[in-house]
Amino acid sequence: MSPILSIENLDKTYPDGFQALRNINLAIHKGEIFALLGPNGAGKTTLISIICGIVNATGGRVTVDGYDIQRDYRQTRSRIGLVPQELTRDAFETVWDKVSFSRMLFGKPRDDAYLEKVLRDLSLWEKRNSQLRMLSGGMKRRLLIAKALAHEPSVLFLDEPTAGVDVELRQGMWETVEYLRQSGVTVILTTHYIEEAEEMADRIGVINQGEIVLVEDKKQLMRKLGTKQLVLQLRESLEAIPAALADYDLGLSEDGSALIYTYETQSARTGIDDLMQALGEAGIRFTDLHTTQSSLEDIFLDLVNGS
Amino acid sequence: MNLRGMYAIYHFELARALRTWLQSIISPIVTTSLYFVVFGAAIGSRVQEVEGVPYGAFIVPGLIMLMLLTQSVTNASFGIFFPRFTGTIYEVLSAPVSYLEVVVGYVGAAATKSLVLGLIILFTAQLFVDVPIAHPFLMLAFLVLTSFTFSLFGFIIGIWAEDFEQLQVVPLLLVIPLTFLGGTFYSLDVLPEFWQTVSLFNPVVYLVSGFRWSFYEVSDVPLLVSLGMTFFFMLLCLTLVWWIFRTGYRLKS
Repeated sequence: MSPILSIENLDKTYPDGFQALRNINLAIHKGEIFALLGPNGAGKTTLISIICGIVNATGGRVTVDGYDIQRDYRQTRSRIGLVPQELTRDAFETVWDKVSFSRMLFGKPRDDAYLEKVLRDLSLWEKRNSQLRMLSGGMKRRLLIAKALAHEPSVLFLDEPTAGVDVELRQGMWETVEYLRQSGVTVILTTHYIEEAEEMADRIGVINQGEIVLVEDKKQLMRKLGTKQLVLQLRESLEAIPAALADYDLGLSEDGSALIYTYETQSARTGIDDLMQALGEAGIRFTDLHTTQSSLEDIFLDLVNGS
Repeated sequence: MNLRGMYAIYHFELARALRTWLQSIISPIVTTSLYFVVFGAAIGSRVQEVEGVPYGAFIVPGLIMLMLLTQSVTNASFGIFFPRFTGTIYEVLSAPVSYLEVVVGYVGAAATKSLVLGLIILFTAQLFVDVPIAHPFLMLAFLVLTSFTFSLFGFIIGIWAEDFEQLQVVPLLLVIPLTFLGGTFYSLDVLPEFWQTVSLFNPVVYLVSGFRWSFYEVSDVPLLVSLGMTFFFMLLCLTLVWWIFRTGYRLKS
């Protein structure tokens, strides 16, 4: 299947010399939800802004549905909806005027029934005649989504959709993204909340210092997450793992005072019973034990600190 | 062409003017009427005629120009500055509209408003004095040309300005003084020769002079020079706008 969004060798250097993006290569598939994870200043917003036409790239190529974002900008932009990170500060227009304007700006003929559906789905229909200054923060954020959906885009960018949003609203936002998935829209969201990526995404990309350092299926990442370590503090230190225990996935701590057993939590047999028995038979005694699990956050921090 | 997109911007801008009709329509009419009453009545009682035209009628084209220039610059600059200020400019930049369509939308709306205001003031003036129009089509052409050119100029200021002070400084410190010194209330003939020469460097002189000619067939500079200078200024603004979009100046990084 050809990707709906393809990014090749994309570079961005700002006039002050700051290199925001370095040789980005990424393909997004139709209908998926892709989470772009990265710390503040990693280049997430710059990447989105280039694809949407708000920032000029220094080098590389981006295509949307096969169209080049520069040469065929009308084709690409009409397919894209953008929900920016910052709430806008406009105040006096009504909700209905704003979504109507958005639809028209993107060249779509008037369709009140469609706009009504979007507003109803985002729980804004009751507020259609309210001025923007009367809306709460959560409503304003939903209005930005409604505006982005007003022209029926096939790709939607959500830039930090839950930044500065309380827990309840964040839950609501996740439900909104699920609704978008069901309506067939490809969603690319940026976030620095790991749990958000975990909750919503099909695939996860990690960006740091302008470089994509990882792109992986969420399930595979979760499988990595599913690995646990059992740490056994030994009564007497070992110099090497005894031959009798060679069949087990065992490691020895640097000072030889602990054995570390790695196992899959989701497998039918973790092998802990057998290991305990084998340890007893080999005469290895331990004073304490505990288990650890690497989280997506650990993986993320490893990647970000390592690069 | 994305005509709908262009119209969306145009319509949105005009709707803003109508929503704030007290400020954008009534206020310039009241201001111009005050000028008219104060200058026309106070000075007009002492100065009977300028170049064969009653003083009250003589200042009408100048007053219309004064309003046209300030309103075009203010409206167009605010029109594009405001979405930059509120952050909604992202939507226009990410929409499938060309630069030309964006300019026609914003500048066209500001020019339309100025044009309508100019005509309203002309009719208002008719209530005070008799204002014959010798060349109505040429008069309209000057109105359209000036509204468009100075709306372009305002658009440039709205993109250049980084805060509200910068937004105000050009209309207040440049456009209004140039208009007052541009023969709005007098004929250049009354100035000493030195100041007459200095005045020829003021572009507003050419606008007021040409516009006044279309009413009374009296002018400070030849009509063709007036038209030529107006077109020259328009081309200058168009070139600047073209450069802004080509480079993304203050709009795209």
